[in-house]
Amino acid sequence: MNLAWVLTLGALLFSIGIYGVIARRNAVLVLMSIELMLNAVNINLVAFGAWFQDRAAVGQIFALFVIAVAAAEVGIGLAIVLMIFRNRETINVDEMDLLKW
Amino acid sequence: MVATLAQAAETIAKTTGSWPTEHAWIIPALPFAAFAIILFFGKRLPKKGAEVGILAVAGSLAMAIAILLSDFVGGHGPVVEKQLNWFPYGGRGFHLGLGMKIDGLASVMFVVVTLVALMVQIYSTAYMHSDKRYTWYYAALNLFTGSMLNLVIANNLIQLLIGWELVGICSYLLIGHWWEEKENSNAAIKAFITTKTGDVPFLIGIFVLFAATKTFNITAITKLVEGGHISHLTLTAAAILLFGGAIGKSAQFPLHVWLPDAMAGPTPVSALIHAATMVTAGVFLLARLFPVFAHSPEALNEVALIGAFTMLMAALLAMVQDDIKRVLAYSTVSQLAYMMAALGIGAPNAAIFHLFTHAFFKALLFLGAGSLIHAVHSNNMSDMGGLKRNMPTTYRTFLLGSLALAGIPPLAGFWSKDEILTEAYRFGTNSGTAHGTPTVALIVYGAGIVTAFLTAFYMSRAVHLTFEGEYRGKGHPHESPQSMTVPLVILAVLSVVGGFAGFPGWQKGFGAWVGVAGETHVPSASIPLILISVGVAIGGILLGRRLYLPAPANEPLERLGPFYRLLQRKFYIDDFYMGAIVRPVRDMVSRAMYWVNQHVLDGLVNGAAAGARATAKGLYSVVDQKVIDGAVNGAGIGTRRGGGFLKYLQGGDVQRYAAYLFAGVAIFAFLFTRFG
Repeated sequence: MNLAWVLTLGALLFSIGIYGVIARRNAVLVLMSIELMLNAVNINLVAFGAWFQDRAAVGQIFALFVIAVAAAEVGIGLAIVLMIFRNRETINVDEMDLLKW
Repeated sequence: MVATLAQAAETIAKTTGSWPTEHAWIIPALPFAAFAIILFFGKRLPKKGAEVGILAVAGSLAMAIAILLSDFVGGHGPVVEKQLNWFPYGGRGFHLGLGMKIDGLASVMFVVVTLVALMVQIYSTAYMHSDKRYTWYYAALNLFTGSMLNLVIANNLIQLLIGWELVGICSYLLIGHWWEEKENSNAAIKAFITTKTGDVPFLIGIFVLFAATKTFNITAITKLVEGGHISHLTLTAAAILLFGGAIGKSAQFPLHVWLPDAMAGPTPVSALIHAATMVTAGVFLLARLFPVFAHSPEALNEVALIGAFTMLMAALLAMVQDDIKRVLAYSTVSQLAYMMAALGIGAPNAAIFHLFTHAFFKALLFLGAGSLIHAVHSNNMSDMGGLKRNMPTTYRTFLLGSLALAGIPPLAGFWSKDEILTEAYRFGTNSGTAHGTPTVALIVYGAGIVTAFLTAFYMSRAVHLTFEGEYRGKGHPHESPQSMTVPLVILAVLSVVGGFAGFPGWQKGFGAWVGVAGETHVPSASIPLILISVGVAIGGILLGRRLYLPAPANEPLERLGPFYRLLQRKFYIDDFYMGAIVRPVRDMVSRAMYWVNQHVLDGLVNGAAAGARATAKGLYSVVDQKVIDGAVNGAGIGTRRGGGFLKYLQGGDVQRYAAYLFAGVAIFAFLFTRFG
């Protein structure tokens, strides 16, 4: 297996995630972009775990942890988005700028 | 080399004593605590502070007696030394500290000081009854007692010096207790300055010892001296300088002039400070540092000769005084000289024994004199007479004290005075081992015998003038209240039995308890010597009785002619000091200093002030207003403006924050990969 290809895939996914987080206006899409970034990390973990032929499978275990944490995070994130929508009838992140000077 | 030895000596394992001995620091601590309590709360207490002082000193006395009985009576006690480190000096592991060194000498001094202090405090409740500074008087008495005990307990010379100076201050305060009269405050100043004259060489002596031994610890110093590690010249210099302090404090010639004037203070103060305790500090100092003196025959001879001269001179002066307190004051000078002479011939135990007995009968005599003064409202014996009918208790106790002082057996003064005379004769005739020169010891013996005669004579004169014949004063004197007579009786009992502590030939007697500088030699009495000294004492008493029994109209001693005038003028010593030192200093040096003060110092001070004002003005208008205020205001304005711009970075747009964050990560990643 060629490690470089897999890492390139991870980096691409991560960059797409960053783009989504910075540029999208829909809060749900921002959350999904964050998931993309986390999954890019998972790919890197698993890839390195395989590359080092790690018997204890630490990379895979960490990936499972990241998945669990990501699930919890997206749960809370979606709840916040829901609450914002109920109060302000919008999920456009450009309009959520109350915490400023 | 010397420093290492001193260090070794300091760390020598000390023997242990009984509980009171191990906790002897309580003895000085109690009066000090009483001083603070009386000073701050005394006026609100039911007895105006007197009860606090009496309780504290009674506690100290109980401790002192417990120490003496449990560890020292009947033989060689332990030497207990402890200290709280205060600060290091010399860089060799020495610490100056608050320490205690308890041995036979200290334990005996504890008993003397606390006992007399207790008697005086009880006595003062009546004597000072309506005094307007009653509470302050008790505070000062307790401060004095604590300081004196601190002097006694000290294990290093600096702590001893602190106690030494504190008792000096208390003496000054109490002599001038009635400072409204100029005479009294003058006497206080005279006492203070005269003793200070001796304290300067004393301080230098301490530094000489320190320079030679690199330690202030008394045990270490004596060990080094006994080991022969200090040169003879240094020891002689140190001893003579230290003796200067003792001359001042113990009122020896030529610094004796302050003690008779110190009688301006209240009589109980005279009893406590100027008879029984403080003035013995000089004797105590010499006993404490006896090895330093013992290794320098020159210094010892000086001590002995000064003692011999002073005892004679003071006894002669005591004969012509009319003020009963001055008779006793000169008598004190004379008896202190006995102790000094005993130290000088190398009989320190005899000196401390005389200190011990003298404290009792001299305190008794002073308190008795106070009782007389309280009754007739005059210090002068020409205003007294016939008082034995009006004041029987005072008469009996005073008579006992006088006989003890005159040296009539078996009263206390006989044993101690006779021990000094016997030792002097023995050393003088080379039948003993003298530290000093035999000739000097013989001079001391001769002076001692003549002084014994004079002592008996002037006490006989005083007793006959005050108690016999007809009353010559005003009013109807009557006996003093019980709070004054009870201390008299207690002290009279001690004046009778106190001397048996040093019964000649008793191997475990006083000399063994005290054992100054390891000296435990027990003197033996010699019948011919006893007969001589008792003979001259009885002769003196009978002569006094013959001259003064029907109180004469004219002073019989006036027949001595010019010699009487010489005595009346106190050998012109006071006049000499006044003319040769005080007046020139006051009239010339002081005037010159005043001129220098007015013209030079004031000019300097005013110039400095004007310069300071101008500089300050310049500094204010330029540095403060422009530079400092500018900096402060500039910092404020700069911060506000900077904040005004920077706040736009926080726009509330979370995605922009994320962009900054990622940009920062990218920059750091680039930097680390390129340069890390």
